[in-house]
Amino acid sequence: MDKRRLTNSIMTTLTALCAFTVVGILVLIIGYIAIQGVSSLSPAFLIETPKPVGEGGGIGNAIVGSLILLGLASLVGIPLGIAIGTYLSELGDGWFGTVVRFVADSMIGIPSIVFGVFVYALVVLQQGYFSTLAGALALALIMIPIVTRTTEEIVRLVPKAMREGALALGAPEWRVTWDIVLPAARAGIATGAMLAVARVLGETAPLLFTAFGSRFYNIYLDEPMASMPVQIYNYAISPFEEWHAKAWAATLVLITLILVINIIVRYTTRRGY
Amino acid sequence: MSQPDNKTEEARSKGVLTADTIYRALLLGCASLIIVIVLAMLVVIGQGSLLSIREFGFHFLIGSVWDPVKGEFGALPFIYGTVVSSVIAVLIATPLSIGVAVFLVEQAPRSLARPIGFLVELLAAIPSVVYGLWAIFVLAPLLRVYVQPPLQAALGWTPFFKGTATGIGMFTGGLILAIMITPIITAVVRDILEAVPVTQREAALALGATKWETTKIVLANASSGIAGAVILGLGRAIGETMAVTMIIGNRPQISVSLFEPGYTIASVIANEFTEATGDLYLSALVEMGLILFVVTFVVTAVAKLLILSVGRKTRRTA
Amino acid sequence: MSKIRVTNLDFFYAKVQALHGISIEIPQNEVVAFIGPSGCGKSTFLRTLNRMNDTIPNTRADGEILIDGVNINDSKTDVVALRRKVGMVFQKSNPFPKSIFDNVAYGIQINGLHSNKADLAARVEKALTDAALWNEVKDRLNTSAFGLSGGQQQRLCIARALAVQPEIVLMDEPASALDPMATQKIEELVVELKRDYTIIIVTHNMQQAARVSDKTAFFMLGKLVEFNPTQKMFTNPNEKLTEDYITGRFG
Repeated sequence: MDKRRLTNSIMTTLTALCAFTVVGILVLIIGYIAIQGVSSLSPAFLIETPKPVGEGGGIGNAIVGSLILLGLASLVGIPLGIAIGTYLSELGDGWFGTVVRFVADSMIGIPSIVFGVFVYALVVLQQGYFSTLAGALALALIMIPIVTRTTEEIVRLVPKAMREGALALGAPEWRVTWDIVLPAARAGIATGAMLAVARVLGETAPLLFTAFGSRFYNIYLDEPMASMPVQIYNYAISPFEEWHAKAWAATLVLITLILVINIIVRYTTRRGY
Repeated sequence: MSQPDNKTEEARSKGVLTADTIYRALLLGCASLIIVIVLAMLVVIGQGSLLSIREFGFHFLIGSVWDPVKGEFGALPFIYGTVVSSVIAVLIATPLSIGVAVFLVEQAPRSLARPIGFLVELLAAIPSVVYGLWAIFVLAPLLRVYVQPPLQAALGWTPFFKGTATGIGMFTGGLILAIMITPIITAVVRDILEAVPVTQREAALALGATKWETTKIVLANASSGIAGAVILGLGRAIGETMAVTMIIGNRPQISVSLFEPGYTIASVIANEFTEATGDLYLSALVEMGLILFVVTFVVTAVAKLLILSVGRKTRRTA
Repeated sequence: MSKIRVTNLDFFYAKVQALHGISIEIPQNEVVAFIGPSGCGKSTFLRTLNRMNDTIPNTRADGEILIDGVNINDSKTDVVALRRKVGMVFQKSNPFPKSIFDNVAYGIQINGLHSNKADLAARVEKALTDAALWNEVKDRLNTSAFGLSGGQQQRLCIARALAVQPEIVLMDEPASALDPMATQKIEELVVELKRDYTIIIVTHNMQQAARVSDKTAFFMLGKLVEFNPTQKMFTNPNEKLTEDYITGRFG
C-alpha cells in the first residue's frame, strides 16, 4: 500500500516537472529574445534596409516584404482553404470527402522546404528568376490545408437545426451555406485563418529559393523579395556580432507579431462562435 | 394566399437547381484542387529528380560520398543524420510530452491546466529559424559547458559521446528538435486522453486504484493513439529544416559519436539549393526533396490512421 | 378535398424501416395532431411532408405524398419550392445568428416576396403580429434574436415560417422545451392560425393534442394505428391500442 502511494506521488511530481520544464524552456526562449532584442531595437531599425557591417541598417524592407508575401499568400490560401473546409463539412461525408480530408491531413505533414523545392521547380526554374509571386505561392500552399482543417472543424459546430431552419424556409443549399452557416462560423473561421497566417509568417525554408531575399525595398512581384525570417537567418549565420544583435532584434519583432496573433486568437475562440 | 403562376415557378425552380449545382460543383472543384496539388508536387519533384535517379539509381540511397565537384552524389550521410537527430528528438520528446499531457489532463487543476496548456501551445508557434538562433547562441554554449563534459565523463567509454564537445552537432540538433516536437506530441496526446470516457477513470478509482494507476489504465486505452502522436512528431522532426541547419554542423559524414557534426536531408537542400551548379547537382538535391516528401507524407498518413483508430475505439466504448 | 393525401408510405433509415404503409388524408384549414410514444415515427413522417429527411444520408421514402394533388415524393420535385409552401417549426427554437428583424426577413428576401423596403418591413410586422410577438419585440427589432426568451424565440421561428406565406405549417413538438406559460401562448397561436393555414403538430403531450387539434393521428412502431376527430379519439377510440395509450397504460 505504501509503495503504491509512493509511486503515485513520484509520478505526479514527475509529470508536473515535465510541464514546468517545457514552460521553463518557453520562458527561457522568449525572455532571452526580449532581453537581447530590446537593446538593438530602434525606430531606424524598423525602417532602414540592411547595410554592410558597421553601417547600421535594419529590417524595414523585410517587414514590408513579409507583409506583401503574406497578403498575396492569404489572398489565395484563405479563400481556397475555406472553400475546401466548407466542402468537407457540408458535402464531404462520402468517400471523396474522406480522401480529401486524408490528403489535407497528410499535406500538413509535408515539410515546408518541400513546398519550396516544388515551387522552385515549377515556377523559378521555368521563369529563370526568383520572385515574390513564387514565394507567395509556396506560402499559400502551406496555408491551404491548415485553413481547410480548421474551417471544417468550426463549420461542423454550427448546429444542424440552423441549417434545417433555413432549408425549411425554402432556401437553396448555397444560400444556407452563404447566409447562415458561414456567418455563424465567422469568428472561428477567422481564427483558423489567423493561425495559418501566424504559421507562415515565421516560415523561412520555403522562401529561401523562391522569394529568395533582397537588400532593398521592393514592390515588384516578379523580383526577389525580402522577408523577416530569411533576414533573421542571414543575420544569424553571419560571423559578425553586430549582425547577431540585429538577428535578435528582428526576432523580437517577428515573435511579438506571432505571439500577439496567437493571444488574440486565444481570447476570441474562448467566446465560441 | 398568393399562388405564383406555374410558369414563373418552373423558371425559378430551374434557376435554383442550377445555382445549387454550381455551388456543389464549385466546392467540389476546390476540394479536388488539393488532390491535384499533391499529385502535381509528386510529378514535378519526381521529374526534377529523374536525372539523378537515372544516373545513380538505388545507389543514391546508399552512397556515402557527396562531392559536387566530382559530380558524385550519395545521400547516406544525410539520411543517417536525419534518422539520428530525429530519433534523439523522439526519445526525449516522447516521455516529456506524455508527462505534460498527463499533467494537464489528469492531474493539474483546471485553473492551472488552462494557462500551462496555452504556454505549451505557444511553443509550437515559435518559428524554426528562431529556435535555430536560440540554439546557436544559448543552447549550444550551455550544452558545451554544463552538459556535454559530464556526459562525456560518465559515458565517454561508449562510442556515442566521443570527440570534442563543441555544442554543435547531432546531439544539439536532436535536442532542439525534441523541444520543437514536444508541443505537437503533447497536443495530440492531450486530445486522446480527453477523449477517454470519464467512466473508465471512475471505474478504476472505484476499485481503489490510485490516481497514477488510473492514469496507466487511461494510457493503455489510448496506446495506439499515443503511438500515432509520436510518429506524427517523428514526421515533423524529419522535415524540420532551419533550426537543424543552423546547429547540426552541416558536415556530410557518418559518425557514431553524437557530439560530431552531421547533416540532414532538409539541411542540405536549404544550404546548397541556390548554389547548385549543374543539372545533376540540382537534380540530386531535388531527389532529396522527393525522399523527404514521400517519407513525411507516408509517416503523417500512418500517424493519422493510428490516431483515428483510437477515436473510433473510444467512441465505440463510450 | 384533402390538402395532403398520403398513400402507402414506407420510410427507411439505411436498412431500418421506420414507417410502414402510412396512408392518411389531411383536410385544409384544420389542425391535425400526431401523437404516439417516442420513436414511433411521427416526427419522421412529419419530415417527409417537406422532404426534410433528404438532408439525412442513406434515407429513402417509398410511396405517394400528394399535396394539392401533386406527388411531392418524386425525384423531380423542386424541394426548395416545396419547402416554401410547407413551412416548418422545430422542436428546439433555432433562430439564425441575426437580428430579430433579419430572422423574419430572411425567408422573404431569399424568396423575393417583397416589392420594396417598406413592403419588407410591413411583411415582417405582419408575420410577427400573426405570431403574437410584435408587441414584445417592436422596440428592439435590430437586436440579436438570441436575446429573446425561449418562448419568444419559438414564436420568432413561427413568425419566420409564416413570413414566407406557406400553406401548410408543420410543427415538430414546438412547445416541448418551453414552460407552461409559453406553451399556452403557442397553443393559442396554433388555434388562431388555423384560419389561414393547414397545421400539423407533433406532440407527446396528449392534453395539448386534445386542446388544439381537430383531428388526431396515433402512431406506433412506425404504423398509423388510428386517425379520427380528436374528440372521438379521446372519448371513444376505435382501437384498443389507442385507448391504452391515451389512458396512460403505456408510453
